[in-house]
Amino acid sequence: MIRTFFRSRTPKVFDFHGGIHPPEMKHLSNGTEIAPGPLPAQLILPLNMHIGAPAKPLVEPGDRVLKGQMIAEPAGAVSAAIHAPTSGTVSAIGPRPIQHPSGMDAICIVIDTDGRDEWIAHSGISDYTERSPGELVDTIRYAGIAGMGGAGFPTSIKVNLGDHQRVEELVINAVECEPYITADDRLMRERADEIITGIHILQYLLNPRRTLIGIEDNKPEAIKAIKRACKGCDIEIRVVPTKYPSGGEKQLIQLVTGKEVKSGQLPAHVGVVCQNVGTAYAIKRAVINGEPLIQRVTTLTGDGVSQPGNYEVLIGTPVSDLLHHGGVDAGKIGRLVMGGPMMGFTLHSPTVPMVKTTNCIIAASPEELPEPPPEQPCIRCGSCAEVCPANLLPQQLYWHAKNDDLEKAQHHNLMDCIECGACAYVCPSHIPLVQYYRYAKGAVRQQAADQLKADKARQRFEARQARIDAEKAEKEARRQARLEANRKKKEASAAPTVDTAALKQASLEASKAYKAAVKAAKAADAEGAANAAELKAEADRLKEIADKAKAAVRDAGSAAPAAVPAEDVVAKLKKQVGDASSAYKAAVKAAKEAEANGDDSAAALRAQADELKASADKLKAELRDAKAGAPAAAPTAAQADPVSDLKKQVGEASSAYKAAVKTAKEAEENGADNAAELRSKADELKAAADQLKAELRDAKANAPAAVPVQAPTAPPADPLTELKKKVGEVSAAYKAAVKAAKEAEENGAGNAAELRAEADTLKADADHWKAELRDAKAAAPAVAKAPPVPTDQPKMPEASAPQALTQPLTAVDPEAAAKRQKRLKGLKTAYNMAHKQYKEAHAALERAERKEEVSADELIEMQRKVDKLKNKADVARDALDALIEEAKADIRAHTGKDLKTLKLEAARAESALADKKLELDKLASSSGEDALEALNSELKALEAEAQIARKALKQALEEQGLVE
Amino acid sequence: MSLITSTSPHASVKNNTGAFMRQVIYATLPGLAVLTWQFGWGTVINVLWAVVVALICEGLFLKARGRNVAFYLKDYSAVLTAVLLGLALPPTAPWWLTLVGVGFAIIVAKQLYGGLGMNPFNPAMVGYVLLLISFPVAMTQWIAPGEAPGFVQSLQLFAGQLPVDGLSGATPLDTFRTWAGNETELASHGILHGDLAGQGWEWVNLAFLLGGLYLISRKIITWHIPAGFLAGLAAPALIAWLIDPVRFADPLFHLLSGGAMLGAFFIATDPVSAATSRMGRLVYALLIGVLIWVIRSFGGYPDAVAFSVLLLNLSAPFIDYYTQPRTYGHSKPNRGTAGGGKS
Ligand code: SF4
Ligand code: SF4
Repeated sequence: MIRTFFRSRTPKVFDFHGGIHPPEMKHLSNGTEIAPGPLPAQLILPLNMHIGAPAKPLVEPGDRVLKGQMIAEPAGAVSAAIHAPTSGTVSAIGPRPIQHPSGMDAICIVIDTDGRDEWIAHSGISDYTERSPGELVDTIRYAGIAGMGGAGFPTSIKVNLGDHQRVEELVINAVECEPYITADDRLMRERADEIITGIHILQYLLNPRRTLIGIEDNKPEAIKAIKRACKGCDIEIRVVPTKYPSGGEKQLIQLVTGKEVKSGQLPAHVGVVCQNVGTAYAIKRAVINGEPLIQRVTTLTGDGVSQPGNYEVLIGTPVSDLLHHGGVDAGKIGRLVMGGPMMGFTLHSPTVPMVKTTNCIIAASPEELPEPPPEQPCIRCGSCAEVCPANLLPQQLYWHAKNDDLEKAQHHNLMDCIECGACAYVCPSHIPLVQYYRYAKGAVRQQAADQLKADKARQRFEARQARIDAEKAEKEARRQARLEANRKKKEASAAPTVDTAALKQASLEASKAYKAAVKAAKAADAEGAANAAELKAEADRLKEIADKAKAAVRDAGSAAPAAVPAEDVVAKLKKQVGDASSAYKAAVKAAKEAEANGDDSAAALRAQADELKASADKLKAELRDAKAGAPAAAPTAAQADPVSDLKKQVGEASSAYKAAVKTAKEAEENGADNAAELRSKADELKAAADQLKAELRDAKANAPAAVPVQAPTAPPADPLTELKKKVGEVSAAYKAAVKAAKEAEENGAGNAAELRAEADTLKADADHWKAELRDAKAAAPAVAKAPPVPTDQPKMPEASAPQALTQPLTAVDPEAAAKRQKRLKGLKTAYNMAHKQYKEAHAALERAERKEEVSADELIEMQRKVDKLKNKADVARDALDALIEEAKADIRAHTGKDLKTLKLEAARAESALADKKLELDKLASSSGEDALEALNSELKALEAEAQIARKALKQALEEQGLVE
Repeated sequence: MSLITSTSPHASVKNNTGAFMRQVIYATLPGLAVLTWQFGWGTVINVLWAVVVALICEGLFLKARGRNVAFYLKDYSAVLTAVLLGLALPPTAPWWLTLVGVGFAIIVAKQLYGGLGMNPFNPAMVGYVLLLISFPVAMTQWIAPGEAPGFVQSLQLFAGQLPVDGLSGATPLDTFRTWAGNETELASHGILHGDLAGQGWEWVNLAFLLGGLYLISRKIITWHIPAGFLAGLAAPALIAWLIDPVRFADPLFHLLSGGAMLGAFFIATDPVSAATSRMGRLVYALLIGVLIWVIRSFGGYPDAVAFSVLLLNLSAPFIDYYTQPRTYGHSKPNRGTAGGGKS
């Protein structure tokens, strides 16, 4: 009967393990009413009074601020605003010593007060139930309210739980279990109604099933006041027995609800939200009165002050001001503690400001809080384990922490220690246990951070390695390609020895690098690493490189057959054509799929497919050539007509060029990345076509010489028609280039300028050819007559050479040549510069990668820059190459021969001259006068010819600004 | 003002390890008194001499290790070791026996391991076992109850000037071991039939029990080790005695004979070498008790507190690993070592 009576009257209060009963010392300060604090001359407001991101200042030194004016806004979700606690002038924003245990400095806003205490216009919300919870959360957020019990967690976060989270219990922490502190006690006694209003607002926001206020039984008056204030409302009061640390959030939750918050979780996970009673009061002031958090009740106590008590101090008041206000006896103070004696921290200097979480200042004499006795060995008495509220084994934690055995310490749940200090309080050996735990926790966190860093570094290293490998492979492939190109150029009769093996190796390496990169990217993805996207991009890039290398191998392969007998060539080419075709088909399929999936890479794939098609076409053409050439190679076969053969080749090359131009155009239209590349490829094809054309012309001219038994079969092709065709081609190319450039400009493509320049060159080209056509038309009769029918063999070059040399030479446009020379120079410097920039950026990146402190984001940024610069350099290089190629082609076009031919001609003339001289010497003794005369004149003619050939070669070289 | 800076907490209880040890020493006084009453001044002389030897050994070693001698001597741990060993030695022990035992306990079992808090074995018991093995005769010569020699005689014994034989007699445990299974002999030996248990020893053990209860009341020790110890000893004794009361002694006889109470409240409770968690201590002490009963009933020695304690000292770290409490916020306690069963 009696028991039922008690049970109904006193609701169940649970218990937690351990706990201690240190002397309460509350009588020192709880006897007097809350008094106003001092108005200091200067207020120091740290930007990080709360947990989370420091607030962002809204004022500048020199600004006048009014009381309640927001001077710093929350920076991000977990942050709190800061307001001017009184009117005055911002005198500085800079580092000041703050309340941190380590006595470190932090950025503070310093306000010189003006004593007028002028409020900014403000108004509260009389009926908060008319406002949406979201609005009220914002009000709380912009009022700068952060947990006032100690931690300083921004309150707006705690009261703004997601819809999915149902709050079972709202627990109001009014325990105030630390000795000495009485701020909440006095607040409850004097302002219970306002506290209850604040709790009602919290209830409105959180809609909890139950609201419980936990108060320690050593505050009977506060209990009475709260009971009176919440008469008739749905708030339950739970009087908990006095025991430290029953005010710890987890301990209080266990006390009043019996629930345990899982290790590493928040109270919200068990449906509990815990708020300090002081926070509830601040919420009321903010919502109902419109006053931001600019002052708080702080206990000033300890035997070093003559008027201990509770003061309503402005946030930012230096501790020294409060001490003077409370009648400090400076000589008596041995220890200055901010917070309680169990969990507070000692201050290095009284100049630090009080902040939103400062609930107590203890100015204690050395007798009151004596210096800690020297540490003795742990005797494993177990007293610490008896009192640990987390039910840890502090002696084991200590043992492992001391031995730096972090793994074992963690195994003993080091991270669950709440640093309440109960263990250290009871330790008979006076071991500063909490200090060891803090150290070990820091080390554990450091270790975790290091691990993370190491993982990141490893990923970065792997990515870098992959990139370096790929670059190496790419370089090697390029080198091989260049070598190959050179060899092809040399391609006399000697069989080119293509280093396909090296190319294959390079290709293999590139593939390997690509695969490694893919793996790295996947791993990063799985780990949810931030740089996964970056790695993927890297992988894509590597793939491109690998593809290029493969293409190089293929190219080399297609070039190699020249070395093998013709029959083999045909067979090999056939196979290659088959390969290329199937590759093309696969690429088309891939591109289609990508398009269907709306993939970004569709355009790129399509371009790739086109490229492959072009190369397949080329191979096909080659195959045809080889087939055509095969009979010629056969010794028994009749000599094929080289002219018709060449004609066919020219036609094929032209069509290949046109196809390439088309591809490039399409790529440009799609804004594909490789448009420039395709364009340069087209240029290459054009050069090849030009060469073939030149060869054709040569062949036509030389035909009689080459076929000694036959009379010249046909006069050289009509140069007029050819020139016309050429003009048409160049004009078309120019137009296409203009169009491409325009489009590129519209799309803001990077290479627009380059394209434009190219178009200009093409225009110059077209103009030049037009002029030539005009000239040719005028000279037509002469030319038509020109090809003389050689009477005998040695006479032939005599007549044809000068014609061949002089005709194009007159057509050289010196202005165009000069222009090109200038452009060549410009492009060279541009390329050099771009290359240098790229190299520098690359070196910087490597340096950064080696350094630890550079963040991943920065590295990514740098990588991007390097890529961009490399692109730029590549573009410049391509343009330069194209221009050189163009210049060479121009020489060929102008002289009708390429430089090699000119050189050959010059050499041939010289040797003919020498032969004749020898003949003359031989004949001089035996022959008659006439014969000598004839030989002499012949010699002279040959000399003249040689002179002309030399001159033509020199001129051509000089004019094109090429130094071979 | 120059301010003290320190980490929290800024307050602590006023007691210290020295006070803790002193409390334990005080709590042995009733036992010492009864021992003196029953067996003469020998034990008092032993204890005093042991303390002197211990302080000298400890002081020398602390000095050799470059420690603050006065500071460490004030932790009273050496004194407590000496007192416990002195209490355990027979009152007939000559001076050199104590010297060897205490010297070995302090120097080898404690200081060579790194001093207080580092010793895996109970130093007093290490010294005791050394003497028991090296000098079995000297270590088993107890005075017959009621034959307590006078102070001078005790001094003569201490100086080794008096043959022990005339005074010594078998202890109740010894007597029972000799005649176990022989009902008539057991009935004829008066030493086995005191008011509660073996003559003389019943009072000694009750006195130590009293001191032990004082320690528990002062929260110097918790009940776990004594309770486990006594339960571990009494439970098998009860079962065996119910089965065969001629062959096995009754539980009360076990509890009030030999070093049972001294071991339960003062020796097994040495925190340094014991298991550390509540549950661990319970298991630890229970096993000590069982082991004592096994050796008393079947082994070659009449008493076995020292052996059992040392054996369990050896197992204490292992017990610790498997008896961690359930930490707040965890669904179950951690088990094993860090490398092993992580939960
Ligand atoms: S209270 Fe101190 S001496 Fe005792 S076990 Fe804990 S840490 Fe060791
Ligand atoms: S500080 Fe940590 S280990 Fe010590 S009692 Fe508090 S929770 Fe337990």
